[in-house]
Amino acid sequence: MSDLILETIGVGKKFGRFVALRDITAGFQRGQLTGIIGPNGAGKSTYFNMLSGAFPPTTGRILFEGRDITATPQHRFARLGIAKSFQITSLFPQLGTLENVRVALQAMHSRYDVWRARTRLHGLVEQAGALLEKVGLWPRRDRLAATLSHGEQRALEIAMALACDPRLLLLDEPTAGMSPEETRASMDLIVRLAAERTVILVEHKMKLVMGICDRLLVLHHGELLAEGTPAEIRVNETVKRVYLGQREH
Amino acid sequence: MGATTLRGTSRHDWMALAVRHRVLLSAVFLLVFPMLMPFKAIAVNILIYGLFAVGFNMLYGYLGLLSFGHAALFGGGAYACGIVMTRFGLPWWLGVIAAIGAGALIAAVMGGLAVRTRGIYFAMVTLALAQCVFYLAYQAGGVTGGENGLRGIVLEHIGPLDFLDPVTRYYVVAAFVVAALFALSRILASPFGAAMEALRENEARARACGFDVRTTRWLAFVLSGAFCGLAGAMQALHLGIVPIEMLSYQTSGTVVMMALLGGMGTFFGPFVGAGLFLLLENIVSLYTVHWQLLVGGVFIACVLFFPRGVWGTLLHALNRA
Repeated sequence: MSDLILETIGVGKKFGRFVALRDITAGFQRGQLTGIIGPNGAGKSTYFNMLSGAFPPTTGRILFEGRDITATPQHRFARLGIAKSFQITSLFPQLGTLENVRVALQAMHSRYDVWRARTRLHGLVEQAGALLEKVGLWPRRDRLAATLSHGEQRALEIAMALACDPRLLLLDEPTAGMSPEETRASMDLIVRLAAERTVILVEHKMKLVMGICDRLLVLHHGELLAEGTPAEIRVNETVKRVYLGQREH
Repeated sequence: MGATTLRGTSRHDWMALAVRHRVLLSAVFLLVFPMLMPFKAIAVNILIYGLFAVGFNMLYGYLGLLSFGHAALFGGGAYACGIVMTRFGLPWWLGVIAAIGAGALIAAVMGGLAVRTRGIYFAMVTLALAQCVFYLAYQAGGVTGGENGLRGIVLEHIGPLDFLDPVTRYYVVAAFVVAALFALSRILASPFGAAMEALRENEARARACGFDVRTTRWLAFVLSGAFCGLAGAMQALHLGIVPIEMLSYQTSGTVVMMALLGGMGTFFGPFVGAGLFLLLENIVSLYTVHWQLLVGGVFIACVLFFPRGVWGTLLHALNRA
C-alpha cells in the first residue's frame, strides 16, 4: 500500500450554476513532486484553492494524512503542516524582509500574547535568518519587503511558507511573471525543497514541470483528464490533443 | 554627501530612540501640558477624550476596523463606574476596575458579532449594537437614571489628595492615562502586536501563516473596550454624573473625528486629535454658536489634505527628512 499524504475524493466546485470542477478523485504520494497542469480555465486554481483551504469544495472530501480537512478553516492549515504560496505575490509589504519570516514563524508559537515583548521569543530571529539563507535572501534581510524585486518577493514567499516546517508545500504558479534567470533559480530552489518534503505545484508552463516533476495531473474543463509520469503524459493522445497541440507558453 | 548621510542617520537614531521611550516622552509631555494650556479646565477633558481615542485607535488605527459604536464602550465604562459607586456604595477604585471590565465585556459581545463583517457592515453593526446599549440605559432608569443621567457620583479625596482641586485632578487622571499608555506600548510590542501588524498588512497572508483573523480582531476589540471603559470611568469621576449622551451616536462620531484629526495608527496622535478638537470647540464657541461648522470644515480639510492627520503628517515629515 502506497503512502498518500493528500487525497481528494469526488471533489467538485460550483460557483452559482457554473461548474468549475467536477468529481476529481486523486491521491498525492508522500515525498513526490507533483505538478497540476492544464490550459487556462481548466480549474487548476480552483483545485489548488481547495487543497490549500481557501474555500471548501461543493462536493467531495479532502483527506490530509488520512484526516478529513474538507471543512477545516484555513488558518489551521499551517499548524497541520500544509503551507502555500500565492499565485499573486502576497507578503507584508511594509515590514522588513526578516520580520516577514519572523512573523510567519511566530504564528506557530504565539498569537495572542499581549504582554511579553515579541523580542523575548528567542530563536525566532535566528530561524528566520536561516530560512532567508535557504532561499538566498539573507543579504536583503533589512530591506522592506515592498522594495524587493519580483523574483526576490517570490523567494520570500517561499521562505514564509517554509516557516511552519510544512510536510506538504503547495505552490501556485511559482514562476509567474519571472525572467528566465529568475525562473531557473526558482526551479532549482523548488527541486531542492522537494528533496525534503512533498510538493504540489500548479503551473501552466508545460516545459518547466516536465523537467522536474515526478508525477503530473492534467485538468481540462474542470475534469481530471489524465495522470501519470511526465513520460506517460507526453505520449498520452488525449492530452496531446487538448493541451500539447496548443502553442507552448 | 557623507555629512548628509550622517545627519540623516542621526535623525533616524533620534526617531528610533523616541519610539523606544514613547511612554516616558508622553508622560513628560502630559506632566507639563497643563502649564502650556490657556484653558486649564479643558486639559483634563483632553486627557479623557485622548484616552478614549487611544482605545478607538486600537481598532481603527492598527487594524483598519472603523467602529461607529465606541460610545457604548466609553459610556458603558462610565455607567459601570457610577453604578458601582452610587448604587453599591463601593470605593472609586472598584468603580474604575468595574469600568475596565464593563468596557471589555461590552466589547466582547459587540466584537463577537461585528468581527464577522467588514467595511461598512462593520460600522453599521457596531452602530446598531451601540444604539441597543443606549436604549437599554434609557429604559433602565431605575439603575441608570434614564434620560436624566446617573447622578451623585462623589469623589472628594483620594488618600491625602484633594480630587476637587483641578490641578490635582488632572494629575490623577494623567497617572491613569500614562498607565494605559504603558499597557498600549506593551501590547504593540508584543507577539499580539505583531499579529495585528500582519493582519493590517495582508489579511490573506496572515491567515495562511496561521493567524486566526476573527479571533485576532476580536481580542483587539476587547482590548479597545478596556481602554475606552477606563476613559469612561475617568469621565464619570470627573463630571460627577454620567449623562446619557455619553452613549449616543454623536459620542461615537466625535471619537472618529478626534482619531482622524490626530492621525490614525500613531501612538500619541489620539491626544493631539482630542486636543485640537476640544480647543477648537472651546475657542470657536466663544464667538459663535455655529462652532461645529468650523470644526467640520477643519475635519474635511484634514481628511482631504492630511489623511495621516496632524500628528501623523508631522511624524511622516520627520521620518522622511
